[in-house]
Amino acid sequence: MKQYETVIGLEVHVELATKTKIFCSCSTAFGGAPNTHTCPVCTGMPGSLPVLNKQVVEYAMAVGLATNCRINQYCKFDRKNYFYPDNPQNYQISQLYLPICVNGSVEIETAAGKKKIGIHEIHMEEDAGKLIHDEWEDCSLVDYNRSGVPLIEIVSEPDMRSAEEVIAYLDKLRLIIQYLGASDCKLQEGSMRADVNLSVREAGAEAFGTRTEMKNLNSFKAIARAIDGERARQIELLEEGKQVVQETRRWDDNKEYSYAMRSKEDAQDYRYFPEPDLVPIEISDQWLLQVKQRQPELRDEKIARYKREYQIPEYDILILTSSKKMADLFEETIALCKKPKEVSNWLMGEAMRLLKEEEKDVDEISFSPAHLAKLIALLDAGTINRTVAKDVFEVIFREDIDPEQYVEEKGLKTVNDEEVLRSTIKEVILANTQSVEDYRAGKTKAMGFLVGQTMKAMKGKADPGMVNRILTEMLNQ
Amino acid sequence: MDIMALTAVELAKKIRQREISAREAVEAAFRNIEKQEAVLHSYVTLDREGAFRRAEAVQRRIDAGEEVGILAGVPVAVKDNICTKGILTTCSSKILENFVPFFSAEAMQNLEQAGAVLIGKTNMDEFAMGSTTETSYYGVTKNPWNTEYVPGGSSGGSCAAVAAEECAFALGSDTGGSIRQPSSFCGVTGLKPTYGTVSRYGLIAYGSSLDQIGPIAKDVSDCAAILEAVASYDSKDSTSIKRESYDFTSALVEDVKGLRIGIPRDYFTEGLDIEVKAAIEKAIRVLEERGALVEEFDLNFVEYAIPAYYIIASAEASSNLARFDGVKYGYRTEEYEGLHAMYKRTRSEGFGAEVKRRIMLGSFVLSSGYYDAYYLKALKTKALIKKAFDRAFERYDVIAAPVSPATAPKLGESLSDPIQMYLGDIYTISVNLAGLPGISVPCGVDEKGLPIGMQLIGNCFEEKKIIRAAYTWEQSRTYQRCPIAKKEVG
Repeated sequence: MKQYETVIGLEVHVELATKTKIFCSCSTAFGGAPNTHTCPVCTGMPGSLPVLNKQVVEYAMAVGLATNCRINQYCKFDRKNYFYPDNPQNYQISQLYLPICVNGSVEIETAAGKKKIGIHEIHMEEDAGKLIHDEWEDCSLVDYNRSGVPLIEIVSEPDMRSAEEVIAYLDKLRLIIQYLGASDCKLQEGSMRADVNLSVREAGAEAFGTRTEMKNLNSFKAIARAIDGERARQIELLEEGKQVVQETRRWDDNKEYSYAMRSKEDAQDYRYFPEPDLVPIEISDQWLLQVKQRQPELRDEKIARYKREYQIPEYDILILTSSKKMADLFEETIALCKKPKEVSNWLMGEAMRLLKEEEKDVDEISFSPAHLAKLIALLDAGTINRTVAKDVFEVIFREDIDPEQYVEEKGLKTVNDEEVLRSTIKEVILANTQSVEDYRAGKTKAMGFLVGQTMKAMKGKADPGMVNRILTEMLNQ
Repeated sequence: MDIMALTAVELAKKIRQREISAREAVEAAFRNIEKQEAVLHSYVTLDREGAFRRAEAVQRRIDAGEEVGILAGVPVAVKDNICTKGILTTCSSKILENFVPFFSAEAMQNLEQAGAVLIGKTNMDEFAMGSTTETSYYGVTKNPWNTEYVPGGSSGGSCAAVAAEECAFALGSDTGGSIRQPSSFCGVTGLKPTYGTVSRYGLIAYGSSLDQIGPIAKDVSDCAAILEAVASYDSKDSTSIKRESYDFTSALVEDVKGLRIGIPRDYFTEGLDIEVKAAIEKAIRVLEERGALVEEFDLNFVEYAIPAYYIIASAEASSNLARFDGVKYGYRTEEYEGLHAMYKRTRSEGFGAEVKRRIMLGSFVLSSGYYDAYYLKALKTKALIKKAFDRAFERYDVIAAPVSPATAPKLGESLSDPIQMYLGDIYTISVNLAGLPGISVPCGVDEKGLPIGMQLIGNCFEEKKIIRAAYTWEQSRTYQRCPIAKKEVG
């Protein structure tokens, strides 16, 4: 068999995190009863007119700047005409001729090293409503709550060559956009959606092969499987001397198979033309500068700064910055307790362990940085010991309790009273004569056992250092 | 007193001074409606009960000595493509036969703010596509001056209602001449404002980049006062423009001394009816005698205006009318198998021939492979036409022109030859393409006794200049009342 190269370009739709829709003031919140987040504009009532939400433009600009795009300071909206009931006007307001961002790129890193992936353009558009097919009544119902939710579509160049590169690219986009606060980018929930354009060609060939577009990919795993599946399907066709047909295919992740939705021949003519109800967007130098200045520190910059400012391992830095949530938590806690290494240990160790145990996502962390900082302070001051601290952290993690109050209420403070310790240790020595003899006979191991017994008797609340000191002193008497 | 013979401003004054009650004004309008509507058919919907209710409410405020708007108690008729909350709004189409908006157009709200009393919705060409009001699904409207003739269109119902005194004034919309041309055919005054002056929110779109709502009334003073009431900056309409001033009535001055009036030679060539030409030239001479500086000039690009207009307007319409699909509101076909059959049958049955023609034309010019050759070229032509006007307005304050090549055609004459009908828009559509204000004022009748109109065109935001010129012309003559209205008085 010949050697083949896979060529992949991505169209990524991202739902922006604005409070209101792109062309009206309806809420973008999830979960409302059908058609409750609607108005004449987003249900296409006759006579209604769109008014652009400025925040959408700012988010699009922010994403464009973070992906090294040129911002078109004069851009326009166009109408994409097609009939479907989820689209109340039977046209979608999008951008074709003058999209807001063009000619960008992001750098990805895979096992093979670093690589630049080109971004052809980023444009703004509106989402459609949702069709619900009622099998019982044999009819379809439309919910326009999602109609008019703002989207950006990020169109890459055909620069990717493997599923690994695609995942790295998507992950890069996701992190950039999350860091910008422009979207939560959840594939499963549909706030980030990727369509994969894929073709294969003989290794070394100049020209691209015929491509297909794959839709309905809602997890990174599904994307990887779909890419492998489609690559194999196309190669098989070519090997059999057949041709790849340019078409849109729908991936069924359960069956791990894609089937054709429509071919190029019956591709729709969208009859794009400039949206006459909206005026062109003119982005002044000043506005662009404002957005630039407001750009938060992105991940690559953060990684470099952490290396510079905190003495923590690179591996830890990568994990701490792998989500905005974690990085924020880290920085906010440091701001309160000034102990980067200690904070990093808690997050990397206990927090990650508990997340894994409870099968939760980093974004689901709900404890406040103030409580973690207080816990570290309690530990640092010797008010509690590390064993107790770990138990308290679990409670903080689950219920976000105030550790000071909790330690007080539960009586978890380390006992530093010499008298109390001495009498407890006395009892331990009396109760464990064999171990005492062993110790005195030179079996130092016995010391550990006696410390353990003392801690047990103290219900873990003793300062291990003090226990050690007093025990040694008393045994050597 | 003949209440309906009064202008809107005169009637408003008498209502404020409690010489006439708002209720009496509505009664007078409905008296004329009852006598004439069976023949004329100016209205699609009459809201008698609502009109009296609104009149009583206004009257209570007047009686209580409250401050009321400039049009308080005055009966108004509104074109049926302007949304009126709770009142059927059909665009004279079957496809909206049951459409009751749950909000009112911004212009309508402004009118209500000014105290005007809505009495009904007027007939029009279906979705404002036509020049005769014959494409209405609900039947034709007849010209009150001679019922064998069309009232013009597409705001034919509004203009007929004003001429026949079935209302004190009306609102129309103008995409390619739809206020000015029927105003001219019906012997009334109609003004199309600068694009962006009156909010389009709630105006059911035909050609979004060209549509404007404007007043239709007995005289220039009414038009200025009504425009002042309906014009506003509206943040709900992105194409609405924040104007420096919304004062128009201060331009009602009888003085054209030094006003530079340009006469486009290209508008007075073959194709223009001799009687129409003579009447307009006579009116221009009057303005000249009053001190205006009149000069002929070449406007250019006139012959390209019609194709450019029909491409742009139809393209926008093909998209604007896509929402009428039987899914959300309006007419839905009775029986269908599947979604596509529902779409097809609903739209085939719901739209009339002229609307379908323009949807097809618009879809064609936007199709891939044709977009550059048609739509893009039309946009470039539009820009050239705008430039030609810019050059003209460097030298002139006002351009005087015909409104239509001839007076009203007979009923049934136009629809068989759509191209001929489109050519009739030659003097009005450039004004829409350039976004300019234009007014049609009566300037006599032809041998058949049908009214002739003169068009005065101004630069963007210079309504006041055309209002001043039109007002000055108007002072030189008396209002020629429509015979049908006169007859009803006797």
